[in-house]
Amino acid sequence: MITSAPAVPVAEFEERTGWELKPEGACHWNVCIPLPAPPGADVDLRDLAPRLRMPLVHEPEAGLWALGPAAGPVLDGAGAPDFTLPDWRGGEFSLSSLRGRKVLILAWAPW
Amino acid sequence: MWRGLREELKDQGFELVTVALETRGWDEARRWIEAAQPDHPSLLDATHRLGELYGIVNVPTGVWVDERGNLVRPPEPAFPARPAFLDQPLPDTVSPRMREVLTEARKLNMDGDRYVAALRDWVAKGTHSRYALAPEELARRLGERSPDAVLGAAHFELAQHLSRAGRDELAVAHFKEAHRLQPRNWAHKRQAWSLVDRTQTPNEVYGTGWLEEVRALGADSYYPPLEL
Repeated sequence: MITSAPAVPVAEFEERTGWELKPEGACHWNVCIPLPAPPGADVDLRDLAPRLRMPLVHEPEAGLWALGPAAGPVLDGAGAPDFTLPDWRGGEFSLSSLRGRKVLILAWAPW
Repeated sequence: MWRGLREELKDQGFELVTVALETRGWDEARRWIEAAQPDHPSLLDATHRLGELYGIVNVPTGVWVDERGNLVRPPEPAFPARPAFLDQPLPDTVSPRMREVLTEARKLNMDGDRYVAALRDWVAKGTHSRYALAPEELARRLGERSPDAVLGAAHFELAQHLSRAGRDELAVAHFKEAHRLQPRNWAHKRQAWSLVDRTQTPNEVYGTGWLEEVRALGADSYYPPLEL
C-alpha cells in the first residue's frame, strides 16, 4: 500500500493489507502476532511493519511510503485470495462471484 | 484460442477470467480486449495486485481455482497451444535484432498442448484429476515470499505509483531496485522496460533489455518447465 504519512488509520491498514488489528495482536489467517500496546485509531507503519515482516520503503522526495506484503508463506491453506477488479464491459468483478464453478485465472499483459 | 476453449468447457461448469497486468491502465489494455471481444470476464489490474497476491512473475500465467474457491494449481506458464511462430521460418524482412529475439524466444518453454490437456482433464474429473494438486504439494510449490521478494514488491508498487503520477525521474530508481531484488520477476522487468520502450531494447534508462536478460538468466528462468 502507498501512503503519504507513516501513520495510517487502522481501517485503511486493514482494508489494504488483509490483516486485522485485534486486542490480542495483528492477525491474518489464523495467526496473531502480539503487539506491545492495543491498537489506537492510527497505526505507525514504522513500528508495525517490522513486527509483521513487511518491508516499508520511504521516498522522501515524493513524500511517499510503500508498505509491501509480509514475508513468509504466499498462502495459508488452499483458499485462493479474492480480488475485485474493473471489467472491460463496465463495473467491478470479484473472483468470489464464481463460487460453484471451476476457474482459470489467466494473467496476461500488453507488454 | 482461449475463447474457443472457454466455449468448449463452459457448459461443464468452467469459467475463464483474464486479467491484464498493466500500469498504464485501460489506455493500453482496452484496444487488445476490444479486438478480442471476450464473453468471459476480462479485467484490468493496473497495480499488478494479482502478481503480489498470487506470486505471479511473468505472463501468460494461469492459476486454477475450484468450485469452493480453493486453489488447485499454483501460478504457472499458461499457453493455449504451441505458438505457431516456433515452427515457422523467420521471414527475411525481420531486423537483425528481432531475428535474435525470435531465435531466443524459440528456446522458451511454451508447452500449451500439455497445459490445455491437463486443464480439460481437471474440468472433466475435478478432484479426481491427477492435475488437481494435494494441499501439501500445492503449499510446497507456492513456497514462501523471501524478504528480498517483498521488499522488491514494495519498490515496484512505489515505482508504479510514481510513474502514474508523472514522476518517472523518481520511479526508475525504484523499478531498478525491484529488478535487483527479484531478478526473476519478469513481470516487474517487462512492465518497467515497456514504459520507456515497447520493444524493450537496451536504452539509456535501463541499459539492458529483454534479449540481454533472457540470455543472462536462461530460458528456464523465464518460463519454468511445466511440472504437471
